[in-house]
Amino acid sequence: MNGFVKYLAERLFQLFLVIFLGVSLAFVITTLSPVDPVQVSLSQMTSFGAVDPRSVELMREALEELYGLQGTMLEQYFNFWRRVLTGDFGPSLSAFPTPVMTLIAAAVPWTLGLLGLSLAMTWILGNLLGALAGYFRNNTLLKLSGAAVMALHPVPAYITGLILLLLFGYAWPILPISGGAQMNLQQGFTLEYITSLIRHGLLPAMAMVLVGIGSWFISMRSLVSNIVTDDHVVYAELGGVKSRKIFSQYVARNALLPQVTGLALNLGHIFGGTVIIEFLFNYPGMGRLLIQGIYRGDYSLVLGVTTISIVAVAFAAFVLDLVYPLIDPRVRLG
Amino acid sequence: MLTTAEAEQRTGTVLEVKNLKAYYQMNYFGVQREVRAVDDITLSIKRNEVYGIAGESSSGKSSLIKTIAGAINPPLRVVDGSVKFDFDGNFVDVYGEPGSMNSARWRHLSYIMQGSMNVLNPVRRVKRSFEDFAFEHMGLSKAEFWPRVRQHLEKLGLNPNVLEAYPHQLSGGMRQRLTIALATVCEPEFIIADEPTTALDVLVQQDVLGLIKDVQERMGSSIIFVTHDMTVHAAIADRIGIVYAGRLVEEGPSIDIFRRPQHPYTAHLISSLPRLGDPKRRQALAGKPPNLADPPPACRFHPRCPLAIDKCKTDNPPLVARETGRVACWRAGEVEVS
Amino acid sequence: MFKVLRDLLRYNREFLIGFILTASLVIYASLHFFSPYDNTAIYLLPPDMPPSPDYWLGTTSRGQDIFWQISAALWNTMTFGITVTVISRMLALTMGMISGYIGGRGDRVLMTINDTLIALPNLPILLLVYFVMREQMNWAILAVVTACLSWNYDARIIRSVALSLRQREFTRHAVYAGMSMPQVLVRQHMPYVMPIVFFTAMNNLIFAIGIEVTLAVLGFIDLNRPTIGGMINWANQHQAIVAGVWWWIAFPIIAIVLLFLGLFLLAISINEYIDPRSRLARMGG
Repeated sequence: MNGFVKYLAERLFQLFLVIFLGVSLAFVITTLSPVDPVQVSLSQMTSFGAVDPRSVELMREALEELYGLQGTMLEQYFNFWRRVLTGDFGPSLSAFPTPVMTLIAAAVPWTLGLLGLSLAMTWILGNLLGALAGYFRNNTLLKLSGAAVMALHPVPAYITGLILLLLFGYAWPILPISGGAQMNLQQGFTLEYITSLIRHGLLPAMAMVLVGIGSWFISMRSLVSNIVTDDHVVYAELGGVKSRKIFSQYVARNALLPQVTGLALNLGHIFGGTVIIEFLFNYPGMGRLLIQGIYRGDYSLVLGVTTISIVAVAFAAFVLDLVYPLIDPRVRLG
Repeated sequence: MLTTAEAEQRTGTVLEVKNLKAYYQMNYFGVQREVRAVDDITLSIKRNEVYGIAGESSSGKSSLIKTIAGAINPPLRVVDGSVKFDFDGNFVDVYGEPGSMNSARWRHLSYIMQGSMNVLNPVRRVKRSFEDFAFEHMGLSKAEFWPRVRQHLEKLGLNPNVLEAYPHQLSGGMRQRLTIALATVCEPEFIIADEPTTALDVLVQQDVLGLIKDVQERMGSSIIFVTHDMTVHAAIADRIGIVYAGRLVEEGPSIDIFRRPQHPYTAHLISSLPRLGDPKRRQALAGKPPNLADPPPACRFHPRCPLAIDKCKTDNPPLVARETGRVACWRAGEVEVS
Repeated sequence: MFKVLRDLLRYNREFLIGFILTASLVIYASLHFFSPYDNTAIYLLPPDMPPSPDYWLGTTSRGQDIFWQISAALWNTMTFGITVTVISRMLALTMGMISGYIGGRGDRVLMTINDTLIALPNLPILLLVYFVMREQMNWAILAVVTACLSWNYDARIIRSVALSLRQREFTRHAVYAGMSMPQVLVRQHMPYVMPIVFFTAMNNLIFAIGIEVTLAVLGFIDLNRPTIGGMINWANQHQAIVAGVWWWIAFPIIAIVLLFLGLFLLAISINEYIDPRSRLARMGG
């Protein structure tokens, strides 16, 4: 039990460290920037027409307060933390006066659904294929599918997504390529809405799977080909244990452990892929929100989405770290 | 368990190895290499016999035992020869028909591996290992199986509650004993042990050896084991085979091997043993064991042999029967143990 | 070194294909020095010309020759990738070797920080940097930032090797002989670590090029400097697919996919050559 408590304490410490460093980094990047966000926002607003200088001055003060840019650097830093902890990033400039948090709250379910489902599929499929390919090294079918997923692996998410979009959106238009669901449909548990949801999610999800599957495949295959020479596997083979059991309980089960840790470690990287795919397919999640915010120069929106995604990724990794002891008795029982 | 009378009835040959050749054949980046790890070995083991295979590290003794167990993977391949078991009328030709070995595993033939502290699956409870290894092969119902396992553990002085534990919760010595329990729970006729005591401290070694010998005597099984440690051979082997560079160079009852070694290499192995009250310094043999990819011609021991003559460099001595055993040396019997 | 290269070319099919692909793309990219057109100029040629003997890969709606655009774009993209790789290898090497060498508590602290940096989502941070830099963002700054976000994982791998080297006899000898830490690291440990640095460099190069393509596609770096991502961005802006100018988008995609494939094949075959375990497996297969 002692080992488990220690493990938990370590993970918790890591969680706080990631959030602390991540949020601080976001603060430092924004303050070190040579560009004054207030000035940028002002010039954006005033570009629509002549505005009287007095109201510009008022606006500047309002924006400085909004962005938490008043006072010394340290005051600004603490102020930033207060805003992060209370989830108050002020109103979005591009969708004034909707608060940034409202926009994020509307986007989170989409990202969570798309990322969660496609990631689960990617992880399971990649590991299954990789484990089979590592165990049955001479199977031609596995070799071929391995070559296919490995060839896709280095191609960046945008390119893979774009190819899918061109194939299924233009060359053979069978799937919708934009949005999260059909525009004019009432949200709810109707068959029509859910079908539309699935049809819209299919291409982005497929892109995510194709982008991610290769790395799981490669690492699982090499893990398995190392584990098959481990004493406990060799011994089970000598013991005439059924080969299906050896594969599932002796080889794959042990090889999966580092893959769960790897999932927790790579969430940040995987999230980056989602951002791109969402933008490409105009999927109404966090990623699209972030890139739209950048295009529209919406300072509080960009800062809000970045910070929230740092915190969310850290929490998701922490949850996975909590799952880990369930599958590894050495951590669970110390 | 068998009664003593039944155990004594078990005589005759259980393992027959004939002209066995197993080579590592490698082709990597254009370099072809052939390592003759097992080079024309013939031996047989009787029921109720403990047969030890001795030799330096990388002499091919581990490959030999793996080949006998039918547990080889490429690049190690059997090139020629046969390995046949006779388990009380159940004949198994290991390299005859593929898969013939599977039905015999654990039921008739079990294995104690080198580094057996790591042979238990780290993510499963110990009892699952017993289930995976033994249950399938014993043909008992679950209701009969578990009492048998518990009884067996108790006989070996182990608390049956360890079945509920995960391997990492047990000490190294405990895991070693559990492995022996696992290997013997089906009361197999034949046990193969690969360096069963290497990497254990001396006290645990004694303990483990005693356990193996004890189980073997009670069940009347045969054991073949390899170790470089001559004290282990002295402790439990009935007969010993000496392997050098992939070949069997001498074989005989352990008493004769230790008292009157015929081959100069055997003599060297024996004389390197420390003896109580002997102040003399042990002499190391010049040179290293040969590279099996490129062994010396004729007698492979001749470059290191103190008795080598010209004939040893040109003609390979055959393994011939002599008194109680067999020896492959042109100057057999001329050695003196210091 | 040449012997290794020769062996790989002769006996490893993946390496051969990867080598040929990468080498031909490098040659193609260096051709841009002889380009008949200024590769940043626009409306030089008749727009929207399909592939023909005059314009091998066609022209864009902005009147540029696609063949020469891709050539220059590949060159710029590779330059970017190599810059990132060199910077991030230096960071990974320094951090990894020092952490492994000092060991103990110092190592734990450094690795905890390292793990924390791995866990951060790097793309949003990169986008945030772009967002606050705006027009002042150029490819050199982007290279430095990308490098800063991509060395941690490899530092961990290098550190585990350095940790094992620390316990070796020769390290102790070197220390007793009065060598300072930098001397030990550079003279004694570096040769052991270099193969890993080399292998991780390939993966890092692939990652860096991916980042550049992605950001350029989104229009977040100077679009007048030809890059593969930039070309796709322009094509999207001009609705190339809808307008039927498919060659504007297809050829850059093919070029970049071939580049990734070539680099990836090189990376896996080099890894296989370095890793003794997969070498063993290969003998078995």
